Amino acid sequence: MTSHRIKGAGRLTPARKARFTFDGKIYTALEGDTVASALLANGVHLMGRSFKYHRPRGVLSAGAEEPNALLDVARDSARRQPNVRASVQEVFDGAIIQSQNRWPFLSFDIGGINNLLSPFFAAGFYYKTFMWPREAWAKLYEPIIRRAAGLGVAPKEEDPDHYANRFAHCDVLVAGAGAAGLTAALSAAETGAQVILADERAEVGGALLFDTGTVIDGKPGYDWAQGVLAKLKAMPNVRVLTRTTVFGYYNHNFIGLAERVTDHLPRPDKSLPRERLWQVRAKKVVLATGAIERHMVFANNDRPGIMLASAARMYLNHYGVAVGSKVGVYTAHDSAYEAAFDLKRAGIDVVSIVDCRAKPSEALLAAARNLGIEVLSGYSVVNTSGRLRISSMTVARNGSTNHRKIPVDALLMSGGWTPSVHLFSQSRGKLKFDVENQRFLPNVYAENCVSVGACNGTDDIGALLAEAASAGGCSLSLSGESAYGWTGGMIGAAEGAGPDTAVKAFVDFQHDVTAKDIRLAVREGMHSIEHIKRFTTNGMASDQGKLSNMHGLAIAAEMLGKDIPQVGLTTFRAPYTPVTYGTLIAHSRGDLFDPARKTPLHTELVAAGAEFEDVGNWKRAWYFPRRGEDMHAAVNRECRTAREVAGIFDASTLGKIEVVGPDAAKFLNLMYTNAWDNLKPGKCRYGIMTREDGFIYDDGVVGRLAEDRFHVTTTTGGAPRVLHHMEDYLQTEFPDLKVWLTSTTEQWAVIAVQGPKAREIIEPLVEGLDLSNEAFPHMSVAECTVMGVPARLFRVSFTGEIGFEVNVPADYGASVWKAIWERGEALGACLYGTETMHVLRAEKGYIIVGQDTDGTVTPDDAGYGWAVSKKKTDFVGIRGLKRPDLIRSGRKQLVGLLTQDLTEVLEEGGQIVADPNEPKPMTMLGHVTSAYWSENLGRSIAIALVADGRARMGQTVYIPMKDKTIAATVTDMVFFDKEGGRIHG
Amino acid sequence: MADLAIRNRPLAGVHGGSATVRLTPADAAHRISLRAGQDAVPALSSALGLSLPTNPKTSSSSGSRMALWLGPDEWLVIDEGEGGLMQAAASSGTVHSATDVSHRNTAILIEGPGTSAALNGGCPLDFSLKAFPVGACARTLFGKIEVVILRTSEESFRLECWRSFSEYAFGLLRDTALDVD
Repeated sequence: MTSHRIKGAGRLTPARKARFTFDGKIYTALEGDTVASALLANGVHLMGRSFKYHRPRGVLSAGAEEPNALLDVARDSARRQPNVRASVQEVFDGAIIQSQNRWPFLSFDIGGINNLLSPFFAAGFYYKTFMWPREAWAKLYEPIIRRAAGLGVAPKEEDPDHYANRFAHCDVLVAGAGAAGLTAALSAAETGAQVILADERAEVGGALLFDTGTVIDGKPGYDWAQGVLAKLKAMPNVRVLTRTTVFGYYNHNFIGLAERVTDHLPRPDKSLPRERLWQVRAKKVVLATGAIERHMVFANNDRPGIMLASAARMYLNHYGVAVGSKVGVYTAHDSAYEAAFDLKRAGIDVVSIVDCRAKPSEALLAAARNLGIEVLSGYSVVNTSGRLRISSMTVARNGSTNHRKIPVDALLMSGGWTPSVHLFSQSRGKLKFDVENQRFLPNVYAENCVSVGACNGTDDIGALLAEAASAGGCSLSLSGESAYGWTGGMIGAAEGAGPDTAVKAFVDFQHDVTAKDIRLAVREGMHSIEHIKRFTTNGMASDQGKLSNMHGLAIAAEMLGKDIPQVGLTTFRAPYTPVTYGTLIAHSRGDLFDPARKTPLHTELVAAGAEFEDVGNWKRAWYFPRRGEDMHAAVNRECRTAREVAGIFDASTLGKIEVVGPDAAKFLNLMYTNAWDNLKPGKCRYGIMTREDGFIYDDGVVGRLAEDRFHVTTTTGGAPRVLHHMEDYLQTEFPDLKVWLTSTTEQWAVIAVQGPKAREIIEPLVEGLDLSNEAFPHMSVAECTVMGVPARLFRVSFTGEIGFEVNVPADYGASVWKAIWERGEALGACLYGTETMHVLRAEKGYIIVGQDTDGTVTPDDAGYGWAVSKKKTDFVGIRGLKRPDLIRSGRKQLVGLLTQDLTEVLEEGGQIVADPNEPKPMTMLGHVTSAYWSENLGRSIAIALVADGRARMGQTVYIPMKDKTIAATVTDMVFFDKEGGRIHG
Repeated sequence: MADLAIRNRPLAGVHGGSATVRLTPADAAHRISLRAGQDAVPALSSALGLSLPTNPKTSSSSGSRMALWLGPDEWLVIDEGEGGLMQAAASSGTVHSATDVSHRNTAILIEGPGTSAALNGGCPLDFSLKAFPVGACARTLFGKIEVVILRTSEESFRLECWRSFSEYAFGLLRDTALDVD
């Protein structure tokens, strides 16, 4: 195979080779090559197919703006990434690279028929076509569009790589390490500031990597850049991050950077993350993001071999690769001449420079003459030919119809340079239009930020260096000289692609948007650039219009007959270039995805064979199956045993808040509907908390330990929000109260022992407390000693049986649990989990806030009207409860439901109606909130919210299901031990 | 009399770290969450035997005790010795709230030249010595959880978190410690 490397050109080491495959064929590259430069060195220009028309495409650029050469790059089947820009990805030995969006081959793609059908695929095609019939959308159109959408194919296997995150702070963050960025970083570093300098490329230098015409400080630009890099790296206050994209500019100088750590390495060290996300808070940001060269918009400007002039220069001067052997140049701008000159000097035949300007500068013309290059000034390229690679360009004098066809195998183009204002714009900075040079430039800053160099419109190298040095804060003086200017150029459609033509002159390569499409959008009534963008999808591809936005805008403005600033610019959004999900997620995978909270008893629960369920972040024991038991059998046994003997339950996740201070009772009076000042130390009370609107927010038992100390319990899921709710009121409504709140949820391991033998089980372990009914009746609390450690013992019950909740300091929990279980097991007790807890409480009609209530249930609706104090003059919700809607009749009330078929367990959420034969839509009375099989009662039970429920006692209601209608009788909510004698044991 | 309960520490037997970061679960300690108004500070300070810090992000220590400023009326007081914090606070004769949180919290000791970077793997604070000198402390985020971080020397930190979050905290530290150069 012929190599297109030029001996002596470029900066790569010829001896250091890397082998890779592209669509199954083996190629050789040099270390440091990008995929694009390596393929070009092997004479491969065809690298992809466009999205819509499947047109053959080659690499257009040598940087992050690449719209065409998007490839699938893999190490193995799992380490595979689609849509990788060939101009950015470095080749590594063993890389497996494939083209995308083609079938069966890149060179022969069936999808190319879209190109022939293109008259039917005009802008807005999707909006107009996939409208009728409506039924076809879900079954036909959407699947077809989904299959056609997207260029690459995402890997299905789990990503075996790992990713890292790092927060950092600095005085100055410099984005971009070209001439301006390096100067600013050095200047800032010399003041002693903490500096982070980031650049997306593997090497620093920016445009100096290809621009061999610039001399700084008496040295060739590239050499100067490497010298500055060495200096910066030696300074302890500087961190240089290469292969790192500054992708997002967020509030208060919070900057997101993605560092590609191993993507270029053939055999990465396993300890290294693939990518590292940097989240940097910078006191000052210096944007030195440079400029991106624009293409020319002319007929068939998209054939492989047609590329930006600066890209050809980069491939030659940095990678030592010639992009063609007969090269044409089409330009509206001086800098393309330098590409022609460099190629010519490297021995490449440059057939013609076609300059659409009538009068290029005399210096340029003279230089071209000296090198023997023909310049056609006042000419344009009006067409090209060649199927998989350009074979000729057709040129014409502007305004003339006389065409001349010139054979070429590469065509370089330059419409001038667009300042990269993406990050500035993301920072909410305001741009202004530079009419003279047809570009948007930073104007009003929203952050402590400064733009320097080409991104600020400062093209002259001397001015650029001075501006950058001053931005860094140090009086650094550097001299610089460039061969030619970088300002000027054109935006919009070129000669031969104007409104009177129907040619395919591409504006947005990746999404196949032509100048004609933009004009069509305007003709169809889109007048805002935001509408034009969405109608045509111009700038909506993964390159986000880095090349196309200005051209699109100019064409739209021309059609609208408005000035460019009046048409406006679409918003720039993060990320600047695509960032992998792995990088954004970083460490939050597997066990670190979310904290899994385990109680102090977890190990014991596991040893006892518990099945677990997730409740919030907690892992709670769900049930304890014995050998051969399914969940149903285990829960039935646990329910029976708890009522016949006793059950032992891990209640550690119960929310606990210690309310302490002289005004503690006063505060609780305000937070709960109940009254608390009459609760004596040593006693507990069940409390209900409402929101301002009068609806139930949380509930729980509160124990008074001392005059000024309460032990408040909340639901497991409600713990954090109840504390915040209370803290919120304390700080904003009742700041004068002397009371403080402390979360003690995790201070205590809580072991609930419930059932007739509960006292017998724990009695020998408790010291300093008489557990008899008389001394320690239901709803008592005491501080005592359990197994030698200070404990809080509650006589409370969520089962209706005599019950205790043993609170011991968390670290002692497992040991105390073991001792309690040892005694319980000997007496015939069981361990039970949350499922049995739910059944037992439902048998007693105890509600669970959040299951039986849903934020629209008042205490009275729930049958807990008794818990609302009639005497108190104020509490959160007191006014809400007086609203007419909350006291009217007909509200939904919690009641019990007994199915007429005893074995039928209702479905939670099932809707309830009075008349199952009513035509649809039926009148819904409410819904089932809890439903279980009660082994203790030998039948199913349910709790439901039913309109006017308490007035319907004894009535039959119906629950229509998909396949049947279930009849049930409305009852009160207490199904078991209606007299409630057992609890007092 | 029943057997005495045995203490089971969270993170028992867990270890981790890298060449530049050593991670060790801290020994058990006595802790109170102390809440009080400014007027109670002098009496509480003398009762506890240290001066309660009143500036944000600062701590004080004396003997086995340290007090970490968490808010204008909130301190985390840690005693790695005999304890007696609740009794000491009670003896101050001030209006305050002292709540025992010895078992609610647990701590991880992070030592070595890479500690700041390891913490910055999950915590957005600036741990440069200028912004976070020895003795500085903050209640902040580490990954997805709330923690209290105290700098005990130039290269060592104490990270306090709630018991059930300790596995997550240790796991994330183990991960971030590996990404420190």
